[in-house]
Amino acid sequence: MDFNFTEEQDMVRDGLARLVREEYGAETRREVIASDSGWRPEIWAQLAELGILGMPFSEGDGGFGGGAIDAMVVMEEFGKGLVVEPFVPTVVCAGGFLKHAGTVAQKEEHIGGIVSGERVYAFAYAEPQGRYDLSDIQVTAKKEGDGYVLSGHKAVVIGAPWASHLVVTARTGGDRNDKEGISVFVVAKDTDGIVTRDYATVDGRRASEVYFENASIPADALIGEEGAALPLIERVTDEAIAAQCAEACGAMKVANATTLEYSKQRKQFGVPIGKFQVLQHRMVDMYTEYESSVSMTYLATLRLGEDERTRKLAVSAAKVRVGQAATKVGQESIQIHGGNGMTDEYAIGHYFKRLTIFNSEFGDVDHHMKRHVALSSD
Amino acid sequence: MNLEFTPEEIAFREEVRAFIEENHPEHLEGMGSREDMSPEDMTAWHKILGKKGWSVPAWPEEYGGTGWTATQRYIWSEENARKGTFMPLPFGVSMVGPVIYTFGSEELKNKHLPGIRSGEVWWAQGYSEPGAGSDLASLKTTAVREGDHYIVNGQKTWTTLAQHADWGFFLVRTDPDAAKPQEGISFLLIDMNSPGVEVKPIKLIDGGHEVNETWLTDVKVPVENLVGEENKGWTYAKFLLAHERSGIAGVARSKRGVEKLRDIAAKEKLDGKPLIEDFDFARKVSQLEIDLAALEITELRTLAGEQAGKGPGPESSILKIKGTEIQQRLTELTLEAVGSYGTPMYGSIADYGSNEYPIGPEYAEHSAATYFNMRKTSIYGGSNEIQRNIITKMILGL
Repeated sequence: MDFNFTEEQDMVRDGLARLVREEYGAETRREVIASDSGWRPEIWAQLAELGILGMPFSEGDGGFGGGAIDAMVVMEEFGKGLVVEPFVPTVVCAGGFLKHAGTVAQKEEHIGGIVSGERVYAFAYAEPQGRYDLSDIQVTAKKEGDGYVLSGHKAVVIGAPWASHLVVTARTGGDRNDKEGISVFVVAKDTDGIVTRDYATVDGRRASEVYFENASIPADALIGEEGAALPLIERVTDEAIAAQCAEACGAMKVANATTLEYSKQRKQFGVPIGKFQVLQHRMVDMYTEYESSVSMTYLATLRLGEDERTRKLAVSAAKVRVGQAATKVGQESIQIHGGNGMTDEYAIGHYFKRLTIFNSEFGDVDHHMKRHVALSSD
Repeated sequence: MNLEFTPEEIAFREEVRAFIEENHPEHLEGMGSREDMSPEDMTAWHKILGKKGWSVPAWPEEYGGTGWTATQRYIWSEENARKGTFMPLPFGVSMVGPVIYTFGSEELKNKHLPGIRSGEVWWAQGYSEPGAGSDLASLKTTAVREGDHYIVNGQKTWTTLAQHADWGFFLVRTDPDAAKPQEGISFLLIDMNSPGVEVKPIKLIDGGHEVNETWLTDVKVPVENLVGEENKGWTYAKFLLAHERSGIAGVARSKRGVEKLRDIAAKEKLDGKPLIEDFDFARKVSQLEIDLAALEITELRTLAGEQAGKGPGPESSILKIKGTEIQQRLTELTLEAVGSYGTPMYGSIADYGSNEYPIGPEYAEHSAATYFNMRKTSIYGGSNEIQRNIITKMILGL
């Protein structure tokens, strides 16, 4: 049992902390998320240069031999700066599918582009009717000739406006909620028949509704086995959840520190409001929520490689606990900031918004509580 | 970073598991939370561990500690919880022992540490007073130096199991004129058989006799029973509280408690189906398990930090708060699970209950009493509000 990070991980953390500090101030971020593109490809290039985008891939796949713990380190720092660039969709999700199930040719084609920063991916899994159910899929992939034809609508695909490629879950068989008959494809976004409606998200990112209008894709777009992809999708999704839990921890850490600092500066009744015990105890509870989130993020991350049941239990437990903490820390931060917390000018509101949306990504507290209950009775 | 045990740790687990299997008295199995234990039963496992040299694992090796790593200590408490052993009471091994070996004279170490290790000597804690609870520094019990002795007068309260105690450690006021109340307090060891020491039972809401009032009237205490320096007692008291808190999370016990709760909820029926299949109830159990998992990792992180050289610090206040909240929630859900059979009064009170045949299922016995009793946990050891004050000061810096 060991809770230490390697020297390399410490170096990565320090390097990213510097990058976030220097390049990701609240003012800069505000301008970037309001700009036309909504992100900075030059930051992405810098991440590639620092080796961050290649970190979780094995050396054999063209990466730097890291794994989930490295992704956790990266995402915690990104959370501190509310970094919008799509590390999770590209590196954790698309990268995860390719690592676990890609053919040699697919790895060669895609991983190099991820590591170098040339290719950006988005993960199109959710559908309007499906809520958080990964198997509620109506997008179809019909065999036609040598390839497939994609039809249907994917919802709220994070980072899609920036993406060159999409990873898509689709039905190659079975009915709407069947566990069988689900497949995963990786496709170029500029494929004919892929139409997107792009928009900003409330937490400063960009997303798209993605419509497949009989988009023809080649046979080698299929990742893994046809019709049997659900366990793979669940695995990659769990990895994404663990990474985003780390992001939420980073965001909570800054939200807590910002709130604490505010309570020392802001005076009412002639004293800093931090002198009031009623606020002190609430900030202690916020601190405790953060610490318990860090613990659960460790647990989820370290259990990703275990058997399916152990992994799912740990990841759902983490998503529940971190989700509850994110809500509490976000709401309390705003409350203690008072009216200023309601303004766009103060950074705290932006943390609140990200922590709020974190909760509904890849399943909310209720969804993961249900999964935890179901697995506990197995 | 990993959660795996090394082959050495797995071997260690086998060793302690085998030792517990062979040596734990059968009739004490699962007695861990029973209220009707005899004093002999409460110290039986302690004495066995004392002979083995395992009664004070966390102490420095020169005083009889085992030198186990944080992980080994984790394994040790897990294995004990598996068997439901009644672990050594904290008053000697976790409270006064570390104060004596850290601040006491050689003479005090030689006199008292062996009895604490072996479990032969029963210790009681004399901190709280009727007027000094959370505001402990306002304590009024006085110790006035007269030649080679202190003359002690005052009243302590909530002295746990003092009816069995041979010795007590007391906070007493030696300088009533000190500039701050904290500066006039000393840490004194008192033989509970001294003339003038009187222990009177306090009956609690669970029906048990766990705590007492301890009256001290002109008690003569030899000066050599002073630990450390006169008027420095507050420092030692704070040190002790941090030590007390670090074991207070009770993670391993709570894990077994959740297993037991699941068993009960599998036997109880709702609409003809096991209660645990009811989503409303199952959800509460899952929430408890999730919170407990978070606490477990937080404790392991704290232990790892301690091993890296950081003493038990203010982080242990988090363990106290979350650990006691979970213990309380566990007993609350257990009472909820047993339904109507939480109602009868069970047990040893001849006037009210009957021991002759079980009323309702065996697992329902004491569930209400245990729930009532566990409300103490967020009050003792520095109430959870005081823990928040500590974190406010030490971690938030307010």
